Amino acid sequence: MTISAEPPQEMDVSEAAPVSTYGPRSWGGGWLSQHLGTAIVLGFFGYIFGHWLGNYIAGGYVYVQGSGQNSTADFLALLFMVLGWLGGIGALNYPLAKLIGRDAKEDPEYPGWSRYFRYTLDHKVVGVQYIVGVLLFFFTGGLLAMAIRTELLNPTVHVFNAGTYIKIVSEHGTIMMMMASSIVVGPLGNYFVPLMIGARRMAYPRIEAFSFWIFTAGYFVIFSALPFGGFPTGWTGYAPLQTQAGPGMISYLFGFAVISIGMMAAGFNIAVTIINYRAPGMTWSRVPVFVWSIIATAALLTLASPVLFAAGLFGILDKTVLTAFYVTEHGGSSYLWENLFWFFGHPEVYIMALPGFGIVGEIIPVFCRKPLFAYRVAAAGMIGVALLSFFVWQHHIFQSGINPDMRPLFMLTTELISIPTGFIFLVGLGTLYKAKIRLEVPMLFCLAVYFNFLIGGVSGVFLSDVPVNVTVHGGFFVLSHFHYTIMGGIVFAFMAGLYFWLPKITGRTLNKKLSLWHFWMMFIFFNLTFFPMFIIGLLGQPRRVFTYAKGLQGLNDFSSVSAFLLGASFLIFVANLVYSLYINPQKAPANPWDSLGLEWQTATPIPVYNFERIPVIMTDPYHYSEEGAPPLADFGEEPLVPASSSTGAGVAPEE
Amino acid sequence: MARAKLSDQGRNHLRRFFFGWIIVSVVLDVLFWILVGPHIPPGRMTSTAKADQFDFNILALIALPVLIGVWGFLGYSLVHWRSTREGVPDPVGGPSAAGNHRAELSWIVITSVTVLALAVFGTIALIVGQGSGGGEGPNPIWTPPGSAKAETAALEGKGTWLPNSNQVLPIQVIAQQWKFTYRYPTFGNFETSQLVLPDNTNIAFNVTSLDVIHSFWAYQLEVKADANPLVNNVAYTKTEQLGQFVVRCSELCGLWHGAMFNYGKVVSQADFMAWAQATESKDAANTKFLPPFAWTYVPDANGAAGGYYPDGNLTPYSPVETYGSKQPSS
Repeated sequence: MTISAEPPQEMDVSEAAPVSTYGPRSWGGGWLSQHLGTAIVLGFFGYIFGHWLGNYIAGGYVYVQGSGQNSTADFLALLFMVLGWLGGIGALNYPLAKLIGRDAKEDPEYPGWSRYFRYTLDHKVVGVQYIVGVLLFFFTGGLLAMAIRTELLNPTVHVFNAGTYIKIVSEHGTIMMMMASSIVVGPLGNYFVPLMIGARRMAYPRIEAFSFWIFTAGYFVIFSALPFGGFPTGWTGYAPLQTQAGPGMISYLFGFAVISIGMMAAGFNIAVTIINYRAPGMTWSRVPVFVWSIIATAALLTLASPVLFAAGLFGILDKTVLTAFYVTEHGGSSYLWENLFWFFGHPEVYIMALPGFGIVGEIIPVFCRKPLFAYRVAAAGMIGVALLSFFVWQHHIFQSGINPDMRPLFMLTTELISIPTGFIFLVGLGTLYKAKIRLEVPMLFCLAVYFNFLIGGVSGVFLSDVPVNVTVHGGFFVLSHFHYTIMGGIVFAFMAGLYFWLPKITGRTLNKKLSLWHFWMMFIFFNLTFFPMFIIGLLGQPRRVFTYAKGLQGLNDFSSVSAFLLGASFLIFVANLVYSLYINPQKAPANPWDSLGLEWQTATPIPVYNFERIPVIMTDPYHYSEEGAPPLADFGEEPLVPASSSTGAGVAPEE
Repeated sequence: MARAKLSDQGRNHLRRFFFGWIIVSVVLDVLFWILVGPHIPPGRMTSTAKADQFDFNILALIALPVLIGVWGFLGYSLVHWRSTREGVPDPVGGPSAAGNHRAELSWIVITSVTVLALAVFGTIALIVGQGSGGGEGPNPIWTPPGSAKAETAALEGKGTWLPNSNQVLPIQVIAQQWKFTYRYPTFGNFETSQLVLPDNTNIAFNVTSLDVIHSFWAYQLEVKADANPLVNNVAYTKTEQLGQFVVRCSELCGLWHGAMFNYGKVVSQADFMAWAQATESKDAANTKFLPPFAWTYVPDANGAAGGYYPDGNLTPYSPVETYGSKQPSS
């Protein structure tokens, strides 16, 4: 038995149960204590207070004379709304109490449903909160996408006016990008990383809960743009237009700043957890490939988000106190925003791709009954992608008038990044080779990720080539490309992860027939929606237009109808959840897929502190078949789990 | 014995897949090159359109085998290695489950070589294509011969262009919310909303904006350059065919971004000369009120370029009142 390090968890057992050590709040428990309701109420009053304060301190300081618009009031309103929200949910209790030198009094963990609406420190509760949160984000963004496709049904008959359409497009992009940056790290990362590395909790449970609640605050901030008249800039928010835009722009800038705080918090917490909270024996060569992808993503979140935060802050300063960071006429530069934004924006692209690679790498061996092919190459690929992603951002602005000799350099780095991305394909294809493939629903989604992401990746090579970029930049080709990588990649991977892990999370089996309907509808109509957009783009349709050439109506209509059916596939998904979890719940076995992963070796439902004893890891979780291979982990007094037998794998230490 | 048999099978699988892949790839590549390639946008109206179409097709020839290889392997493995048994199949053991360093290494080498070759190819195409029609910023480094001279002359107000002279024709593209106007510095700086170009001529597009970022996308000409306020973004192409083309804004610029397009045409050099001289003299009365020709224009306090209106826009904009005889030096 090899033990690489002393378990940090065993050294401070009291730390492992941080919440129960605090007494109940003095002003009562139950629904009088802090929860979602108090957060909404305090957020509301915070908004009113901030708006009053802004008008009080900067009443005569309007952005455009005679408009009555006071950006300071708009910004402070949102700032105090977020502070009120965080205070209302209870995120500030601990730091504030510590600041004034008192012992923090926090609510005890609430059992049952109530804890999902509270500032809860259990990473599994936060994971479930994140699942609901990102799905809400995703469905609102999806409804906006339906609106976009409705408008594009006809080039001359308009459902929305041009202004409304631009607002919808901008809101769709912003919501979806912010959702996608957390779609896997938030729900599945928070839920499963501690389980996979044999930890009883996250390193910083408060920061983890904070990251979720500020993420939801960001949702409200970004959505507040709509009642303020929206913003016309798209999710990229390019600067002179940003400076020109109305109060909705404050929501965009501040929303990004708020969410980037959440991203930094989430990334920092997860990175520290993975580095320091691995169970004894969980060496870097035994870390599940999903955890590799999450730590690479966490590094990107931590390092890239501050740039977005700064960029948003500059924009807010430009609009409130009339600095000129982005105002070319007054010595600023619109290129500053473009560079800052994309310096965040490109790592962001891989924040949205890497966890998907991790999920497919994790799931495919389970359904191939085979070890993961080229594990080290997979890990190297993820780290390589993460590193290179900081050196490619200018490919977004090839035609913007940047220094021209930068273009070959960024073309080179951009094309280089397809090498580590290709590793992920090597891993998948190598694992499929001579496997015993089970086409369960999660496996179907994984194969779909390979199918879709290949199109996304190959079209990316076209975009990275500067001469071809002249043809395709700023058109529907780009649009299709990044929907193939983001939706075709990470959303499909997220669905694979949900179908794979929901039985563990909920203890319920999802209805297979409905799941298959969901998969096939989503897969077919996703491709039918977005593949025609490559052609539409090549034929010259720019992005974000409410009208287009008459000859392109056929393709646009085809794409729109497919998009409606793609949207409908998610109704099946929701119906499946409702049916399988509430209407006709079927108990799921503890390890329905016969996975060797450590997360499956626990009982269902997972105990609050995950493992009765910290397991001692003895091998990586992909040894499906080697004769004489050591068991996965030593759980202490319980009999060892035989790694080579599929029947023993589901035995939890408690049972 | 069983082990030897397995690895034989393995070799067969790979060999069979490999030859199938080669054949299908070659067939599809040839079909693509003959049937699809010539129709790939944006056509062949200019030198950059031609070159970028060629580039696109080369990339497609490489992309097709990649797509076929990966999808083919996915399909092949589903056909051959799908477990038909109900329930959980036995784990895969033995050499089939082992790693293969040779496969890993060759994958890495092949993808790296391909990618580096593509980067070299793209760089050469970019340089040979004189920027490939993309915006090169205010200090372009890959330029057609004679462009620096023509541009300098244009700025000094001494620019000329004559048919059959093989001169570079500088044209200024001024984008604003939500239209494009074109200024011809070699013909008395007149401004028009219709872009007319002479055939068989190197054109230098000097793209700038008066307000927000736009992008000048002359689709059939294969020219795309962002229009930034206070920046002169230069892009080159050479016209090679007569015909109409469409100009669209391809960078979101606000409310009417979708409606920001107009049309232009490439005409013979003699026709162009006639049109330009006629327009110059016809518009001379208006042209004198325009600000003097410059690569960029500063929006001034009187709102000449959609700038700031201090009196709440009560005074309508008037070039005469704003400039008098001379633009303030700003």
